[in-house]
Amino acid sequence: MIAVENLRVAFGQGADAVLAVDGLSLAVEEGESFGLVGESGSGKSTVLRAVSGLNHDWTGRIAVAGAAQSRQRSKDFFKLCQMVFQDPYGSLHPRHSVDRILAEPIAIHGLGDADRRIDRVLREVGLGPAFRFRYPHQLSGGQRQRVAIARALVLEPRVLLLDEPTSALDVSVQAEILNLLRRLRAEHGLTLVLVSHNLAVVANLCDRLAVMNRGRLVEEMTVDELRQGAARQPYTRQLLRASQGYDRAAAEGFRDFA
Amino acid sequence: MMDSSLSGWRGWLSTDTPSSRMQARLGRAWGGWLAFRRNRLAMAGLLIVLALVVVAAFAPLLAPHAPYAQDLANRLQPPGPGHWLGTDGFGRDILSRLIHGARLTLMIVALVALTAPLAGLLIGTVAGYLGGWVDAVLMRVTDVFLAFPKLILALAFVSALGPGIENAVIAIAITSWPPYARLARAETLTIRRADFISAARLQGASSARIILGHVVPLCAASLIVRTTLDMAGVILTAAGLGFLGLGAQPPLPEWGAMIAAGRQNILEQWWVSAMPGVAIFVVSLGFNLLGDGLRDVLDPKGE
Amino acid sequence: MDGTEPLLEVANLRVSFPTRNGVTEAVRGVSFTLGREKLGIVGESGSGKSVTGRSILRLVPAPGVVTADRLAFRGEDLLAASDRRLRAIRGRRIAMVMQDPKFSLNPVMTVGRQIAEAYRVHSGAGAAEAKRRALAMLEAVRIRDPERVYGRYPHEVSGGMGQRIMIAMMLIPEPDLLIADEPTSALDVTVQMQVLAILDDLCGQRGMGMVFVSHDLNLVASFCDRILIMYAGRVVESCRASELRNATHPYTRGLLDSLPRLDDPRAELPVLTRDPAWTKEDGAREGGA
Repeated sequence: MIAVENLRVAFGQGADAVLAVDGLSLAVEEGESFGLVGESGSGKSTVLRAVSGLNHDWTGRIAVAGAAQSRQRSKDFFKLCQMVFQDPYGSLHPRHSVDRILAEPIAIHGLGDADRRIDRVLREVGLGPAFRFRYPHQLSGGQRQRVAIARALVLEPRVLLLDEPTSALDVSVQAEILNLLRRLRAEHGLTLVLVSHNLAVVANLCDRLAVMNRGRLVEEMTVDELRQGAARQPYTRQLLRASQGYDRAAAEGFRDFA
Repeated sequence: MMDSSLSGWRGWLSTDTPSSRMQARLGRAWGGWLAFRRNRLAMAGLLIVLALVVVAAFAPLLAPHAPYAQDLANRLQPPGPGHWLGTDGFGRDILSRLIHGARLTLMIVALVALTAPLAGLLIGTVAGYLGGWVDAVLMRVTDVFLAFPKLILALAFVSALGPGIENAVIAIAITSWPPYARLARAETLTIRRADFISAARLQGASSARIILGHVVPLCAASLIVRTTLDMAGVILTAAGLGFLGLGAQPPLPEWGAMIAAGRQNILEQWWVSAMPGVAIFVVSLGFNLLGDGLRDVLDPKGE
Repeated sequence: MDGTEPLLEVANLRVSFPTRNGVTEAVRGVSFTLGREKLGIVGESGSGKSVTGRSILRLVPAPGVVTADRLAFRGEDLLAASDRRLRAIRGRRIAMVMQDPKFSLNPVMTVGRQIAEAYRVHSGAGAAEAKRRALAMLEAVRIRDPERVYGRYPHEVSGGMGQRIMIAMMLIPEPDLLIADEPTSALDVTVQMQVLAILDDLCGQRGMGMVFVSHDLNLVASFCDRILIMYAGRVVESCRASELRNATHPYTRGLLDSLPRLDDPRAELPVLTRDPAWTKEDGAREGGA
């Protein structure tokens, strides 16, 4: 469904240029849920933004649903592939009601039948029609993230890109959102790409994952392998160790991987 | 909580679960009004501005005399029962002239408020959102206009176009849009990085749709506040141009021109200049207070 | 812990904020004593955990009102202390580290100078001595090239580095008590572990007490000695950190269950259902201890 080959993304120009993604290749099958794990600066979000079409300055090859993508995307691409952002407080327009937020993509793509679509998608994300005319400031963080997911789903995409969708939420709300995403994936046969720093969250939602560090792919593995602790690379093992809570002895052994 | 205790139309307005677009919008406006109403000074400002509108609308009914009726026998009468605010050098009733002058003041304010901020908003948001060479060109043009002192540039325009109230308005509008453009651009630069703009782009929204539907509503709040606060300055500039004889022409009862007319006898017959001065002062103050109150209500950061 | 007087005593702490719709109580009757140990305060957003941490130094934002039957640092009443006395305690005896170092560092002063200043104010040492100590402190928080970082401005350092600088600045006066409000939440996990190791060592070596406010149950359970779990402004459960897995309060259990875990392959996560009874004032229980 998604094929990325030798992707390079650089920020800045000339001598100050920083290579955020350095020759990354990966493939995500249709219907698969794929996790992209790494620490800040690993380039995981940059990969997502390049795939989504938000970042234009990349080289390499990106193909979605078999079609190679150029830097500028067509309207049809956005019907195919949508994204959910990390911060539910920043991803909803503060002066647009839920209704307006959900009606906009319908209007842009001239889909028509807005009332029915909005009602359906609100029900799907577990909010219901009572929320339709509220404004973001009247919603909790979890409710906002549900609206953001509804906005991504209203175009009925086949690919959903998720950029740390639960890391700004409380753990009890995170559980609800993860359950919701899992259910939506099953109901719609969605292909998911989840970017996260949290290995447990990735393990919960994904089938397969790739670990990134400093713009490079460290290793790819299945979630089963991850659960069994069968990481091959020392960087992944360190990440795994660090994510299992504080351990004075382990912290001593941590090092930087270039 | 608080909502459940309210019934009737108040409850309908302040509900957390509006059932239609209209109810949601009205509810939002109602919430803003409740916040605004708590600010006493802002309410005073609003009353002054509303009073200006009412006076302008019903000027012929409110004015005790005709604004242009000369009565040379009653020149320079001090304030008293016949003429509450006295008469000017042609024996015209100052109160009536002030009341009719409110129309001119309101017209100047309305015309400037409808042109300069809108132009600035459009230029600033387009420059800020598109960036690149569009931004460079638009902002250099803005810089050129900003480099001229406002009143001097207005003077130049008026002397080129000829004196008169319409030209004064054009001159003020042309000289006052650049600060709005700057303000709108600065706001746009922070807004364009927001995730909700990225989300709109990912839905396939065009730049025009994003600028008009997403960026402008957020910039508008601070621009409305700024415009309201600037109205005092606009009134003063218009009065200044009138005072210099470059704005409204006699016998129009424009407040600045009225001050100018009274300046020969300012020491002996102080009221001729002082009364329009007080009017300018009160209306300017009203706009300033209103602007401060609006800032508290409209500033999205306050939510 | 070691039989001496407690570092911090808090009894029936209440923090309320007057709002348009009446008074909101953010903290409702929190009590605990702290020895030379690491006390974790855990809760979700809005539980009052941060306000509790801040109210110890009376750093509650403006309209907030702090009351307590007792709020004492080494026997000294903090609520009755004068502002002047409180300023002397703040920073020198009790230090505070917050989540975002960007807000706490002066943007127009190099980080080295800020740390050195913090030391000079406290010790009255000379400039050369202060610089030496500041460099040593930067090294203690595992900054690899202290000389280079010393001359940097806050905006020139990364988030993890900024947080370590912040900790260096807070710890250079050798305080007796550190209040850390989500000090590592903005950091990557490996950096987080390293920063925690620094704090851990300082607690161990200097006998410093620590109040560690966090939303991360696993982290607090593995790092702290004792845990308070807060919900709606109240402590619903307190237990030894090692006993968190055996917690009994349904809220604590719910939080633990809702965490996805690598060693647990179930897909559907149990969702926490909130019981209004948890917010009642007499619902606290001692577990595990």
